[in-house]
Amino acid sequence: MTVTIKYFGLVAEAAERFEEILELDGVLTASELKAQCLNGLAIADKESVQIAVNQNLDDKITLKDGDEVALLPPFAGG
Amino acid sequence: MDKKKPKKVFVQGAIPPEKIANSVANHQSKTEIGAHSIFLGQIRADEVEGKTVTAIDYTAYEEMAENVFHEIREAAFAKFDITCAHIYHSLGRVNVGELCLFVFTSSAHRKIAIEATNFFVEEIKAKVPVFGKEIFEDETHQWKVNK
Repeated sequence: MTVTIKYFGLVAEAAERFEEILELDGVLTASELKAQCLNGLAIADKESVQIAVNQNLDDKITLKDGDEVALLPPFAGG
Repeated sequence: MDKKKPKKVFVQGAIPPEKIANSVANHQSKTEIGAHSIFLGQIRADEVEGKTVTAIDYTAYEEMAENVFHEIREAAFAKFDITCAHIYHSLGRVNVGELCLFVFTSSAHRKIAIEATNFFVEEIKAKVPVFGKEIFEDETHQWKVNK
């Protein structure tokens, strides 16, 4: 299956990309994909990064083909 | 009237002070309103280890953020008896002293408007995927986190 990953803020900076399309095998939850994407990135507090699947902030979701996934660092609006 | 229509919140760059005056002027014909409450977020020249913030560069997961802004509006209208509510948030670079957030609620009476504005600001800070890069005078940066 194919998912689109969007990177934001300090995650985009550490990953040196804003978006990529990933080919994934097998059954994977959002939290497993997050760990995989953040692995090796220079981010001090990986716990503070949230993952959204189709704009839904639930890391227990099982990914499916065509999902849009976003890796979101702490919010800083206002 | 236009109470629940989705509206675009993001504006490119700083929010001009004239926008606040114009918004107030646009509500003078709505004579059921007895109180407006306004919150303005301004970029502060924070000092971090001897360096001073000169600007914040805002980015967002825009599609999700617009949806969350809409949900916050819906929740606010369900919770408070407000006549109208407007939110504007900056994207891109906003210099210190400039405005990055404008929340404007109106109601028949002051308490409701004040509480609604406070609700909007707290919800926006907690729930909207907006990210801020604090830029120092030497062009180095750090990432802002809401407290």
